[in-house]
Amino acid sequence: MVETFVNLIVQGVLIGGLYALFALGLSLSLGVMRFVNIAHGDMIVLFSFVILSLTGALGWSPFLVALILIPVAFGTGYVLQRFLLQRTVGKGILPILLVTFGLSIIIQNGLLEAYGPNTRKLSGGAIELAAFRVGPIDIGVYPLLVLGLAVALIAGLDTFLYRTAIGARIRAVSDDPAAADLIGLTSARIYPIAMGVIAITMLAAASCMSVWTNFDPAIGPSRLLAAFEAVVLGGLGSLWGTLAGGVIIGIAQNFGSQIDASWQILAQHLVFLVALILRPQGLFARG
Amino acid sequence: MTSGRRPLLLAVRGVLAVAALTCLAGPWLFDANSLSVLTEFFIVLTLALMWNLLAGYADIISVGQQGFVGVGAYAFFGFTALAHLTVWLAIPLAALTTLIVAVPVMAVIFRLRTAYLAVGTWVASDVLMLVAGKLPGFGGGSGTSLPIPVVKQFGVRLGDRIDIFYTMSLGLVLIAFVATWALLRSRVGLGLTAMRDNEEAAGAAGVDLIRTRIVCFLWTAPFLGLAGVMTALEKLRVAPSASFNITDWTIDVIFIVVIGGIGSLEGPIIGAVVFFVLREWLAGFGAWYLIILGAISIVVILFEPRGVWGACRRWGVPDLLPVSYGPLALEPQNGSPPSEEYKDKLPIVGPRLERSARR
Repeated sequence: MVETFVNLIVQGVLIGGLYALFALGLSLSLGVMRFVNIAHGDMIVLFSFVILSLTGALGWSPFLVALILIPVAFGTGYVLQRFLLQRTVGKGILPILLVTFGLSIIIQNGLLEAYGPNTRKLSGGAIELAAFRVGPIDIGVYPLLVLGLAVALIAGLDTFLYRTAIGARIRAVSDDPAAADLIGLTSARIYPIAMGVIAITMLAAASCMSVWTNFDPAIGPSRLLAAFEAVVLGGLGSLWGTLAGGVIIGIAQNFGSQIDASWQILAQHLVFLVALILRPQGLFARG
Repeated sequence: MTSGRRPLLLAVRGVLAVAALTCLAGPWLFDANSLSVLTEFFIVLTLALMWNLLAGYADIISVGQQGFVGVGAYAFFGFTALAHLTVWLAIPLAALTTLIVAVPVMAVIFRLRTAYLAVGTWVASDVLMLVAGKLPGFGGGSGTSLPIPVVKQFGVRLGDRIDIFYTMSLGLVLIAFVATWALLRSRVGLGLTAMRDNEEAAGAAGVDLIRTRIVCFLWTAPFLGLAGVMTALEKLRVAPSASFNITDWTIDVIFIVVIGGIGSLEGPIIGAVVFFVLREWLAGFGAWYLIILGAISIVVILFEPRGVWGACRRWGVPDLLPVSYGPLALEPQNGSPPSEEYKDKLPIVGPRLERSARR
């Protein structure tokens, strides 16, 4: 009994790493550019399908494909922000929500037309099945590596935002776009870079997801909801909070899944809603 | 402000009136197939009016409208099939149930603002859908059909039922339209129009933003619930995936309002017509119609944020369905629409200002 309980928590923490990866980009776009990208989940799924195609064409490991795709992802995010999303900056929240909403529908249905509705999964090789035992609990090597990647990315992004010159510029524009504009830091130059970085986190999430779980063109919205809940649970502007939020979502899902598949999602939502009632500012809100 | 505009206004209003009268005579004029399409049109138009009220005026962007549609459908099923009430009692009770469910939902998600609220409505409707799939007696995850005795209460023959469902959905959209128009012309509506044009200024001028948002959100709930009842009758079944369908009850609706013109009463009507025509044209192309609608709506938001109707207004078409008052007309006529003589001479406040406003 206790063993099952501990096991559920440990596995929940591990899958929480994957949810944190989903949520990282969203946390950045909320923290820096102050908008929710409705297409966030769909862009992750889009990257998964790109990795799927390239893995099939080149015969390489999905992780290697993801590595060479990093510049492509940055470019995609940069171009998306520079030439589409930037046009909505300063016009309130409605245009950006509706543009990313339209984008989400286009990506979902475009993938449906291109790849069909079947669920896919990529093979990551021997590492997928590798595991070691700690007492009575099996710990998968791959989930542990994903959690490690999430921690490393958060540490890296934290350093990027708070220790580098470009990070300081991004934060300046985010804190006060008008004042930053006066000293020559325009959001038109800074936001595309931030979106490029966000797209790299999406690529990381996509590569980890495509090996870990099944995916199909329609799952983007559920990834968006999980990511959103992790961000709000953790508190705005706190990347480590987002990791904690992802872990909480993972644990809630694991307990719910003991009943059935729809309880898995229901438990996730209920934990989010209860947390929202008790602590609307999030667990680790930064001032 | 030329006098040449008045005949145009009268002509377009005349067309609208004739169209409304034709719809009223629908059961005698159209075949069963057209009646079914029109029934769907009226349901979707009701949803579009409600989404527009929230997004266009109260600044609440809902991606969770399907939640209340589903609640209405499930409540109707519960009151008729399980509690064995007569359908004519079950319909208002379903609307009431939706309103009651909306209160706690609102209490939780109104802790979120702006962009967060949008995703919050989505989470809430997901919860409602999952709970509906767990209710005993409602067929679980795959749903269940309305019992035949319930359906027969609307008429023994199929033709009679098509007629009555048509009439009911037409009645729903007319009530929704007139009620929303009355709301927008009331004191609350004045505040809403002010919020549409500039929220901060409206707040500073004394509009109670929170109270106005609450009124709006709760206002839409019973109408969404009634639309849900109609969807259950149209499909003759309830199921989580169909009754809470995000594509049919929210995504399509967002495209309709965005393309037609957000923040006006004319917009949803234009958008719904455009949507149904496009859907018929693109019926053979599978998912392409959603891709094309998505692309059109992005272009609209970037280049003509007030949609087709916004473009018409800029070309000088006057308000067909005025919800704003001319400044002088307000005083002598307290609460009634400005008279036709005044209308052309007066600057119309809302539409002229809005291009320089926040959105």
